[in-house]
Amino acid sequence: MSNRLFAALIAAFVVALWLAGRLVSNEYVFFVGYAVVQYVLLATAWNLLGGYAGYINFGTAAFFALGAYIAVAINKLVDLPMPLLILAGGIAAGALGLLMGYLTLKLRGVFFSIATLAMAIVFQAVITNWNFVGGASGAYVLRPTEGPWGGSYVEYLFYVMLAMAGGAVVLARGIERSRVGYGLTSIRDDELASEASGVPTLRLKVIATVLSGALMGMAGAPLPFYVAYLDPPSAFNLSYAVNTIAMPLVGGIGTWLGPVIGAVLLTAVQQGAMVTISSAANLLLVGLLMVAFITLAPNGIVGLVRGLAKRPSTGGNNK
Amino acid sequence: MTNSMGRRSALAGMLGATAITQSRFAWAADPIKVGFSIPQSGGLAALGKQALLTMEIWASDVNAKGGLLGRPVQLVTYDDQSNPANVPPIYTKLLDVDKVDLIITQGTNLTVPAMPIAMQHGKMVLTMLALAINDKFKYPRFFQTMPYGPHGKQSISEGFFDIAMGMNPKPTTVALVGADAEFAKNAVDGARDEAKKHGLKIVYDRTYPPSTVDFGPVIRGIAATTPDVVYVGSYPVDTSGMVRAARELNFRPKLFGGGMVGTQATTLKADLGEMLNDVVSYELYCPAVADKFPEVEPILKKYQPAAKDKGIDPQGYYVPPFTYATMQILEQAVTGSGGLDQDKLAKYMHDTKFKTIVGDVKFGPDGEWDHQRLLWVQFRGLKGQGMDQFTNPSAEVVLHPSEYRTGELRYPLGPGKQ
Amino acid sequence: MPDPIAVANAIAAGVLLGGFYAAVALGIAIAFGLLDIPNLAHPAFVVMGAFAAWQLNSQLALDPVLAGLVMALPFFVLGLLVYRLYYVCFERRGEAQLQGLAFFFGVLFITEVTLVLTAGADYRSVTASYIGVSISVGGIVLPERMLVPAGVALAMIVLLHQFLVRSFMGRAIQAVAQDEQALRLMGVSPVRVKALAFGLATATAAVAGALLIIVQPVEPSIGRDFIGRAFAAVVLGGMGSLYGTLLASILLGITESIVSDMWNPSWAPAIAFGFLLPTLALRSGGLLGRRL
Repeated sequence: MSNRLFAALIAAFVVALWLAGRLVSNEYVFFVGYAVVQYVLLATAWNLLGGYAGYINFGTAAFFALGAYIAVAINKLVDLPMPLLILAGGIAAGALGLLMGYLTLKLRGVFFSIATLAMAIVFQAVITNWNFVGGASGAYVLRPTEGPWGGSYVEYLFYVMLAMAGGAVVLARGIERSRVGYGLTSIRDDELASEASGVPTLRLKVIATVLSGALMGMAGAPLPFYVAYLDPPSAFNLSYAVNTIAMPLVGGIGTWLGPVIGAVLLTAVQQGAMVTISSAANLLLVGLLMVAFITLAPNGIVGLVRGLAKRPSTGGNNK
Repeated sequence: MTNSMGRRSALAGMLGATAITQSRFAWAADPIKVGFSIPQSGGLAALGKQALLTMEIWASDVNAKGGLLGRPVQLVTYDDQSNPANVPPIYTKLLDVDKVDLIITQGTNLTVPAMPIAMQHGKMVLTMLALAINDKFKYPRFFQTMPYGPHGKQSISEGFFDIAMGMNPKPTTVALVGADAEFAKNAVDGARDEAKKHGLKIVYDRTYPPSTVDFGPVIRGIAATTPDVVYVGSYPVDTSGMVRAARELNFRPKLFGGGMVGTQATTLKADLGEMLNDVVSYELYCPAVADKFPEVEPILKKYQPAAKDKGIDPQGYYVPPFTYATMQILEQAVTGSGGLDQDKLAKYMHDTKFKTIVGDVKFGPDGEWDHQRLLWVQFRGLKGQGMDQFTNPSAEVVLHPSEYRTGELRYPLGPGKQ
Repeated sequence: MPDPIAVANAIAAGVLLGGFYAAVALGIAIAFGLLDIPNLAHPAFVVMGAFAAWQLNSQLALDPVLAGLVMALPFFVLGLLVYRLYYVCFERRGEAQLQGLAFFFGVLFITEVTLVLTAGADYRSVTASYIGVSISVGGIVLPERMLVPAGVALAMIVLLHQFLVRSFMGRAIQAVAQDEQALRLMGVSPVRVKALAFGLATATAAVAGALLIIVQPVEPSIGRDFIGRAFAAVVLGGMGSLYGTLLASILLGITESIVSDMWNPSWAPAIAFGFLLPTLALRSGGLLGRRL
C-alpha cells in the first residue's frame, strides 16, 4: 500500500472518530483517550530512534518536559492557540534533539543511553531553577472551558493529540519504507559495516533524533492544559521513560505498528487498573505484564503474530 | 448478622479499591457517594493511607448513627499514585461515570488538576492539606481545612518569626534553605517575606534537590554565614538529613527549625529522637494540647490499632485529627443545608462556624480558615530514640499561638544529648 | 578566597559520600560492567537490602552492617535465581540488550511494589551507636554515619577486587567478560560463572542497602533516585573496573559536595552529571576502562 493511501486511511479514521465523538456525552472517554493517544505518539517517536536505529534513549522526559514547559512559558506571556504552542514545543524539542545528537551520537550502545539519562537529569535541574515557569513549586495553567467546536477543551485536546499521533504513524511508516529507514536499520544491525558501506550514519542518526525529539516535544505541549498543573517531578516522571521503552517492545520494535499496539494495550491496562484495582498493586501489574510480555514475546506482539502466521500448514502456500 | 466492616476493611486494605463502607442496618435509601482520589502509592502514600483510614472510620461512625439525612455514606476512591497527571481522569470518572454526590481532594499538587473539572460541574470542593490553591482559581465553592488562614505562604513561617523576634537580644541575620519541591519552596517564599517584614538580613538563601543524600555540605554552607536564625522548608527525608547533619557538625545557631514536614511523623520523630531537642517546627495537634481538644483522643484510639496493622503512622497526630474534622464539616454542611445542592452547601459552608474535634472552624471568603492556627512547638527533654516519649505533653512545648502556649522558647540551640 | 579548612571539609565529605555511592554502584559494576547485564533493578535490590537490615535491626537489635553481611547470603541466592530467569529468557536466545533492559525495569517495579505491600509506605531508619556522632581530625569533621558506610564500601571493593584478581573463580569472571568462547574451551561453564558473578553483585546490594539506611531514612520508591548515579559511576569509571567505579563515585561525591557547600546545592546533580558528558565524549572507555 502506498504511503499516500495509508495517510488517507488514517485521516479518514481520525475524522470518523471525530464524528463518533459527537454522540458521546461522557467526558471520561476523552480523558482516558488522551492518555492513550499521547502514548501512541510518544512510543512512535521513541521507536524512530530506538526501534529503527537501535539507539535506546532514556531521556524521553527531557523532550517531553521541554515541550510542556515551552507551552507554559508562552502561555504566561501571550494567549496562543494550542496548535501554535505545539509547534513551538516541537521546534524547541527538535533543537534539543539536534544538540543531543551532536553531543552524544558518537557514543555507542549503553554509553549513548547513559548520556541521554544524564542530559535528562541536567535538564531537570535547569527547569527546577527556572522560576519564571514556577520552578520547583510548579505552574498552574488555567485552561479554557470549551474547545473550538463547542465540546469541552479536553475533548479538543484529545482530537489534536489523535491527529498528531496519526501523523506520526504515517511519518513512521513513511520513514520505514524509505532510504532513511533502510539506513537506520542497517545502523541497528551493524553500524561499522554500514558506515563502511558509505551510509551517512551520523546524519541519519541526527535526523532520527531530531524527529523523535520534536514529536516528543509536541506530545508534551498540551500536557499542562490537560492536567492544569505542571511541576518538574511530574513532568520528568520516570514512568514516561519506562513506558516509551516498554510500549514499542511489547508491541514490536522495528515497525510502525508495534508502538501503536503496545501503547494502546499498556495505557488501557494502566488506566483500567487505576479505576478498578487502584492501589500499589497497579504498579505490580504493570511490572508483571512487562516481564511476562518481554519473556514470552521478545519480538513483541507483531513478532508473535508474524511467527504464528509463518507456521507452515500442511504443505500449503505460505502467505 | 456479621458486621461486614471488618472483612471489607481487610479486603479494601489489600486491594485498596473502592472503599465501600456499609453498616449492619438495612438501608431504605440510596447511598450518598463521596468521591475522591487519594495517593496509596508513590511518594505521598504515607499521608494518603492515613487519610483514607481516618475517612473510613468517619464513614462507619456516621453510618452507625443512621447516616446522612437517613442515607448511608459510601466512599468511592481511586489511587492516583501521587501523580497529578492521574487526577483528571479519576475525577472525570467519579463525576461522569460513578456520579458521586460530593467530592473531596487532598494535597496541593493533587488538588489543582481536579479544580477545573470540579468547577465545570459546579461541585463544591472540600480540600485537605493543600496550600494557596484558591489564590489562582478564586472559586467561591472551594474550602480548605488545613489551618493556613488567608495568607497561606506566610502562615508556614509567621509564628516562627514571631517566636524568633521574641529572643533577647533580637536576632539580626537569617538563613533560608529549602527543598526544590512545592511545599518547601512555598514555605521558604513566605519566610523570605516574613524575614524582610521583621528587618532581618538574609545571609543565605538556597535550595537543594530532594534527592540529596548528604546534607553536611549544605549545613556547612549555611554555617559559614553565621546566621542567628535558620529557617528550613523540608520534606521528611531531608528533614531527617538536615537535623542529623546539623547535630553531627555541632551547628548551633540561636534558632533552628521552620516548616519541616516530617517532624510530625511518628517514625521520623522516633528515629531522630534527642537530635530534635530545641528544634522548632510546626504541628497540627500534639499531646500538649490534648486537654484543649478532648474529642481527638477517642478518634485516635480507633485509628491507632488499625494503623499498626497497615504499617502507617502509629500515633497519628498529624493527618487523622484534621481529616476527621474535614469529614465532620462535610457531614454538618450536608445536614445543615438539608441536602446535596452544591450552591446551598457552599453558602452554608461560608456562613457557619463548625464545631469539630479540632475546635471551631470558620471559613473566610477565600475558602481558607479565617485565621491561621498552626501550632509552633519546640522539642524538649528527649532522650535517645523511640516514639513513646512523644506521647508525653512535655516532649513538645507549644510556643505559639499564645492561647495554646505551654512554655517559653529555649535558646540558643543546645547540644543534642542533654 | 575560600577557607582551606572549609574546602578540605567539603572534599572529605565528598569522599565519604562517594564511597557510599560506590557501594551502591558496585553491584552494577559487576553485573553491567563485567557481564553486560543492564540490571536496572539493582537500586531496588539495594532498597530491599535496606528494609531487610531495618527488620533485623528493629527486631533483633542487630548492628546494621552486620545485618547487611548476614543478608548477603540470601541475596546471593536471589541473584542466582534472577540470573537464571534472565539467562533462560534472554541471553540464551541471544536477544538484544533492549529486552533485557525492559525485563529489569519490570523487576524494578515488582520489587518496589512488593516492598510497599509488605513493609508499608512509611519511612524507616536504623539505630546504631555511630549515628549522630562525629570525629574530628585536624579541622575536619567526619560524621561517623558517613564514615562507617564509606569504610565498609572500601573494604567490600578491595575484597572483591582481590577476589577477581587472585581466585580462580574471580579470574573466570573476568575471562567471561573478555572471551566467553575461550573460557568454554577451557572447560569452564560461562553460564555458571556469570550466575556466580550476578549472585555476588546482588549480595553487594544487601550490604549497600544496610549502608543506605544508616545514611538516610528509606522508603520503597527511593531506589529510583540512585539509578542515574550508579550507572553514571560505572560508565564514567570504565566498564569492568571496580576501582574505576570507586574513583568515579568519589569524583561524583566530591563534585556534589563542593557545589552544595560553596555554591548552590540545587545545581549539584546537574554539575555532577554534566561532567559525565564531556568525559564520555573524550574518553569513551571511561576513566579506567577497558578499551572498546
